[in-house]
Amino acid sequence: MDKVLRDKKAICVFVLPAFLFFFAMVIIPIFMSGYYSLLDWNGMSKGIFVGLRNYIDLFTSYNNEFAKSLGNSLILAGLSVFIQLPISLTLALILARGIKGEKFYRTVYFIPVIISTVVIGQLWSKVYHYEYGIVNMFLRNFGLENLVRDWLGDKGTALICVFIVIVWQYIGYHMLLMYSSAKSIPEDLYEAAKIDGASELTTAFKITIPLMKPILNVCVTYAIVGSLKTFDLIWVLTGGGPLKSTEVPSTLMYNTIFFKNQFGYGSAMALFIVIECLVLTVVVQKIFKSESYL
Amino acid sequence: MNLRDRLTKKNIIVGIISIFLIAFAIIQIYPLIWLLMFSLKDNAQIYGGNVMGLPTKFMWSNYKNALTSGNVWVYTVNSALVTAVTIVVSGIIGVMASYAIARMKWKLSNITLTIFLLGIMIPIHSALLPLFIILNKTKLINTPLALIIPYIAYALPMCIFVCVGFLRSIPKEMEESAFLDGCSIYRAFVSIILPLIKPAVATVSIFTYLQAWNELMFATTFIDDAKYKTLPVGIMSMSGQYSTEWGPIGAGLVIATIPTIIIYVLMSNQVQASLTNGAVKG
Repeated sequence: MDKVLRDKKAICVFVLPAFLFFFAMVIIPIFMSGYYSLLDWNGMSKGIFVGLRNYIDLFTSYNNEFAKSLGNSLILAGLSVFIQLPISLTLALILARGIKGEKFYRTVYFIPVIISTVVIGQLWSKVYHYEYGIVNMFLRNFGLENLVRDWLGDKGTALICVFIVIVWQYIGYHMLLMYSSAKSIPEDLYEAAKIDGASELTTAFKITIPLMKPILNVCVTYAIVGSLKTFDLIWVLTGGGPLKSTEVPSTLMYNTIFFKNQFGYGSAMALFIVIECLVLTVVVQKIFKSESYL
Repeated sequence: MNLRDRLTKKNIIVGIISIFLIAFAIIQIYPLIWLLMFSLKDNAQIYGGNVMGLPTKFMWSNYKNALTSGNVWVYTVNSALVTAVTIVVSGIIGVMASYAIARMKWKLSNITLTIFLLGIMIPIHSALLPLFIILNKTKLINTPLALIIPYIAYALPMCIFVCVGFLRSIPKEMEESAFLDGCSIYRAFVSIILPLIKPAVATVSIFTYLQAWNELMFATTFIDDAKYKTLPVGIMSMSGQYSTEWGPIGAGLVIATIPTIIIYVLMSNQVQASLTNGAVKG
């Protein structure tokens, strides 16, 4: 029987199709990107090897556009961790303690998560529309005419308006992760806390949240990594504009490669995003491991 | 504090919490209801001050316009084709690989699994330009295969992650006795494993569906020809075409969302599980 399970030919038959797809479309491209990132190349002529110059240029180019885009993605990461996750956690804790309509709320909160970002983006561009959007209609109705503006066309407000949509879309996702985790805590612990006279709030902070640490780790990681590689909603809502005010690394990478034909420089951005995501994943893990009281 | 005071205090807290929950439900769902409403309005209603309220006259013609002159029908067919092929092929080859990794005995099985799982963490950004160049050289660019092949590859890590986990949780005895009876490994796979693994495949298929149906970055880069555009990209170009008419755009957005909503209504628990189980187990 062992012989059947060690059959080399069968193993190849089973694994090779998946491995070939994966190797050709996922593994090889990473190495190609790594190689391109060392070239000065416009895609047409032959690339010139320039070593790490593209990476140095990321942070020393005259207009500092990459550093700015990176800063924008970090603002989004901050909003996600400090605004979105607390909202999700509050909702999750309430729902997990059992409240009438628990399943209804859970189902509704999750709906934006599964809808295409293009649909969400197009929809919100209407919400922010200058003449007929919900936001400005609302302000006009309440006599706040002076606040009415072109939300996505104004350099000062575009970034925060785009980020609000991203935060809004994924509240339900983190809520559900946290909810499942809170639900899996054994009921006896709550009983015991109740007998000891602990209030619901104390129970949440002293029992539920500490026991949810593994899932909080996952949520923080997802929120940060997701922010660093965010593309779709910004692409649909502003494309990085106006005047580059909503540019994040991935939109800048796209523009650099496909509109400016700077294949080498753009590939350095792509690789930077990959490395940044991996490094921050590890950093978040480490922080969660060291914070034993959390 | 007597019992009655305590009861009213509890009621007040429950009331506040309920208002909070309802407020959030409205925030999460109202934009979508608003979309549904303006998809049924004409410009006279939208620009005439009734952008917020219920449609006074239902403009079903918006849907007809979106499907025909807005090309949404073509985009929907393309999305359905790309998504279906991706789900089926990645499901089959993913389950096959999972079987070899989880059940068969070979030295490299663990490292193979690790390599596949790393794929979950790697952003697709790193592959965008190389794939563009590869697809260009192989003349696949601007064909449905330009999306199907990468989508299959990027669907595999999650498929293998879920299926390996599932296979490791079911006892080996069933196949073992079959092997003793002289059953071949292929027969065992088809007649014992495939029927067992259905629930895991269902979970993965929903996940793959959402990824493929909604994917934008590859779709906007690898397809230029309106004939082959999938919904996300098609809808972006349609919104340019109809920039002053909200009705047909709204209708297009609703059409693009209907399949997802149907799936969600029919099996909301499975949809929620498929998007979260990677995180919960990992």
